[in-house]
Amino acid sequence: MTATPVSPVIDGWFTTGEEPRLLASRCTRCSNVVFPPVSTAAGAAAFYCRNPACDGDEYDAVELSRRGTVWSYTDAQYQPPAPYVPATDPYQPFALAAVELPEGLVILGQVADGYGVADLAVGAEVELVVETLHTDETGERTIYRWKPVGFEARSARTSTTEEN
Amino acid sequence: MVVIAGAGMHPWGKWGKNFTEYGVHAARAALRDAGVAWADVDFVVGGETVRNGYAGYVAGSTFAQALGWNGARIATSYAACATGAQAIDTARTRIMAGLCEVALVVGADTTPKGFLAPNAGERWDDPDWLRFRLLGMTNPAYFALYARRRMDLYGATSEDFAAVKVKNARHGLENPNARFRKEATIADVLASPVVSDPLHLLDICATSDGAAAVVLVSADYAKKHGIASPVKVAAVSTVTPTFPNTVIDMPLLSTDSSALTGVPERTFKEAIGQAAYEEAGIGPEDVDVAEVYDLSTALELDWIEDLQLCKPGEAEILLRAGDTTIGGRIPVNPSGGLACFGEAVPAQAIAQVCELTWQLRGQATGRQVEGAKVGITANQGLFGHGSSVLLST
Repeated sequence: MTATPVSPVIDGWFTTGEEPRLLASRCTRCSNVVFPPVSTAAGAAAFYCRNPACDGDEYDAVELSRRGTVWSYTDAQYQPPAPYVPATDPYQPFALAAVELPEGLVILGQVADGYGVADLAVGAEVELVVETLHTDETGERTIYRWKPVGFEARSARTSTTEEN
Repeated sequence: MVVIAGAGMHPWGKWGKNFTEYGVHAARAALRDAGVAWADVDFVVGGETVRNGYAGYVAGSTFAQALGWNGARIATSYAACATGAQAIDTARTRIMAGLCEVALVVGADTTPKGFLAPNAGERWDDPDWLRFRLLGMTNPAYFALYARRRMDLYGATSEDFAAVKVKNARHGLENPNARFRKEATIADVLASPVVSDPLHLLDICATSDGAAAVVLVSADYAKKHGIASPVKVAAVSTVTPTFPNTVIDMPLLSTDSSALTGVPERTFKEAIGQAAYEEAGIGPEDVDVAEVYDLSTALELDWIEDLQLCKPGEAEILLRAGDTTIGGRIPVNPSGGLACFGEAVPAQAIAQVCELTWQLRGQATGRQVEGAKVGITANQGLFGHGSSVLLST
């Protein structure tokens, strides 16, 4: 059996392996953390620290926590338009979640294969995994995703303090 | 003081015409409504449209030329969905500075069918491209995140969201500029396909062609030309977010981190309305009518709270009590809103102001909020553009 090459669909956004993590940029001056990481491809403005009280423009790469709580979630019942590349034909709907990490950011991602909105609730715990997004001429392209950790009761109605 | 001398629109729809034609139609309607001659206009602001080539990028010039060069100064504004508010603010401040007397503000657009998608080409440095490529994250998916939060945090139901559509569909029935003028039932909404859970197709606004225009004049000019009891522009809020912006915004993949400074006192959307209230010295308790950006039914409920028309988590209570229906305590989207119009990006914030102008003049036939004296609009443009206009009699 020939192994298909596997590579991240985008460089420098997440680590792979058994315990993958998102990669963020931390300002060397004020330690504000941003995701996606600061990249030379993203234009000059992306270099400046977003903290208005800071003039920083240099960053350390840092790994973010693997686990966070669901800020909200949804799914894509219809195939999104290009540049989305469908993984299957016919199209298979997938779920999406915005996840709050202990570092104080909310990060959007697809939800792991096999999980849908019924497996999610605001406030529920999820964990980062890396899965295949689609296959192109170079092989399998991977992306970070959020995977539900157990199915907690919908206790989210008591944890609304971050709303305002 | 800047006043609205005239308002005009081209009906929303899918007419297949050039955006300039829509814009000129709306501009002439607004000038007619104002009783102001085009030759008197000394400043034109066009809302830029990104879908109509060079003419769209220089919309101020395009409209001025189409109306026939009259030597007026021009500007073109772009602030995504907030374009109209920025254009109005540009005209207003020039009048307030005494640099012009009569300003014409025009926004017009043609829009494609279906999901709004980014321009072609590979752009690995563009968040608006990456959100589709890496996540398949469409605009309705963002609306759905906010909607789901209302359900999980506040106990909102799909029936509540559908009730917003039912209300707005009824409001828009008699509006000659609305594209969709047909009653909807809760069952219709719930029977329409789910696009992004929990939002059904009929919870989400369409995209439309359309145009709106207003004529702004100085109070002196209004007086000189016998424009009796005109509607006043009490405030225009075009604020940007304050760091850290902790509510995820289309088209971004992440929020700012709140680790350094904590969660701010107000979210960006709350700050948009607050800035308008502070500028006008008018409070939410004084508002009689609101036109808010119901890109989705659930988003109307968010805006009602963001504008402080009720406490967070209580918009469904207002809705269920009929408070936001015409005849209720604080009618919202008497025009029928985006539910009846569909979004025509650079025209929409101006259209909100047109509607409130007619409401405050008592001219909103078939949808009049009786005795309305103060009205507020709210909307938010991509990439940090706030938009709220407060009008008063």
